[in-house]
Amino acid sequence: MSGRDRPAPRPGQRADTDAGAPGPAHDVLKSLLGAWALAACSPGEAAAVEEHLGGCGDCAEEALRLRAAVGLLHPPESLDLDPGLRTRILESCLERRPARVPVPAWAAPYDAETARLDALLQDIRDSDWHAPVRLRWFEGEAAASRRTTVAGVIAHLMSVDGLVAVALGLADPLADAAAGRPTPAARTEAYWRAAPRPPTRSVRAPWRSQTHALVRTVSRTGGAAGADDSPEAATVPYGGFELPLRDALLDRAFECWVHAEDIADAVAYPYDPPAPRHLHGMIDLAARMLPGVLAERRRAGLAAPGRARHLVTAGAPGRSLRLEIEGSGGGQWLIPLDAPGAVGSADHEVAHVALDGVEFCHLAAGHLTPREAAAGQRGDREAIRDVLYAAASLSRM
Amino acid sequence: MAKKDAPPRWDSGMQQRLARGEAAALGELYDRFASLVHGLAHRVLGDEPAADALTREVFAHVWQHPDAYDPRQGPLRTWVATLTHRLAVRRLRATEAAALTDGGAGSPEELERKVRRASVAARADFIVHSLPAPLRAALELAYFQRRDYRQTAADLGVTEEEARRRLRLGLQLLATAHDPAGPGAPPPGHKGAA
Repeated sequence: MSGRDRPAPRPGQRADTDAGAPGPAHDVLKSLLGAWALAACSPGEAAAVEEHLGGCGDCAEEALRLRAAVGLLHPPESLDLDPGLRTRILESCLERRPARVPVPAWAAPYDAETARLDALLQDIRDSDWHAPVRLRWFEGEAAASRRTTVAGVIAHLMSVDGLVAVALGLADPLADAAAGRPTPAARTEAYWRAAPRPPTRSVRAPWRSQTHALVRTVSRTGGAAGADDSPEAATVPYGGFELPLRDALLDRAFECWVHAEDIADAVAYPYDPPAPRHLHGMIDLAARMLPGVLAERRRAGLAAPGRARHLVTAGAPGRSLRLEIEGSGGGQWLIPLDAPGAVGSADHEVAHVALDGVEFCHLAAGHLTPREAAAGQRGDREAIRDVLYAAASLSRM
Repeated sequence: MAKKDAPPRWDSGMQQRLARGEAAALGELYDRFASLVHGLAHRVLGDEPAADALTREVFAHVWQHPDAYDPRQGPLRTWVATLTHRLAVRRLRATEAAALTDGGAGSPEELERKVRRASVAARADFIVHSLPAPLRAALELAYFQRRDYRQTAADLGVTEEEARRRLRLGLQLLATAHDPAGPGAPPPGHKGAA
């Protein structure tokens, strides 16, 4: 350490030869200097040290130095780094020197949401990792839930992000445990079961490292100039349905935000919604998925049968519901009601639903039941009910 | 912290990716070092907006001059801390000097004292941050949680002698922040003391 070697203890030197009083040996008193400087020894020991300092120049010098060092101990600074700072700083860097390998615009929500969640995880205490969290979603006609912990939620996110990792040719965090378990829920349960112990904060590093690997990989393979417009080679199978890569990453960004809110609630931290343009992309994905889910629910007898007077062919305009999302990130979407392939049409609008953006996302996340969603509604009540229930059915564990 | 012990391979890989202009690498760099940079900046400048601005300056500098860092010279983490320290001290001196010429209170000597104090405090933060985990844990218990060294030993599951050794060694390392080294001197080695 910067060349300041301690003088070797003089053999046989004792405190009593220095201070003229019986007491612990010089070496013991010297070893107490750190504890003494921190006021972390007994009153008797402190008195012995202080007496010794009067007669031992080496120890006195070190004692001064260590006392001064104690004055440099401060609580850590700026634990709560403004999460918005990351986006602002990265953007300003990229203005000064444009990236040759950019992060594709469609991966930006995932990049931002994982960074926000990681910042939250950085701030919470060790014990918070075991705080109970109830994962909530909507199944069929009713709310469903599953109990876990903050660490369990991160394990869940990592398990399901693993679907994207595998589609990109990266390693599966589940390794062998993934066999025969294609759905997000089955993967999560398998991961929780395969772990020798309930997850702890140690799950943060592998989760974060996978999120970085995903952004890195899609940047290298999909973000090259012009490639934004080319069709993605990869689709991500979710067991039962699949999503194009860019939608899958948007879906993962959405899930990351939703579960970050779960975690923030569990540890009583505030948590903001995503940036408006990212929120808009998430709402848009849900709106695009609604017709398919509607058809599925209809097949399962959970939604009213299609009421097209004539067969709606793919690409043709059909009976539609206008979904108006208010607030930042909002917009308007025309949801075709009778066939997933039909095109939403203002001329065939039969109902109008208006909803706040964050509220709509909570509905689509299964955190709000269709009954609770405070929607302004006008028009065909059956169509409205079906669409709100379909939105809730977008949620899963 | 596991991050601190990342292999130097990560450092040189990161340097190459930054040089190639990979935006994802810039994001990862930020995620790893932003709290270190912002914390040091805040310690020197004592002000949130100034620390934000300096954090921006540091990352812009690294991104615009990816070749300025040579992995053979030492860990990226130390290099980033040194850069932060240098830019923060420069900014503090500039702000204080401007206030002085504007007729603010104080003298050039006081300015230098203030700069030196801020500089030592930031160096101390970096040293604490870089201490081996066992030393840092001992200091945290004894200082922030006011445990005496016997309780500290019990909490850490080590002998009382070991607890005394860790407290003393930790403070000895921290004390080097006062040594007249250049601003942002790399942290001292962890061997050879006591």
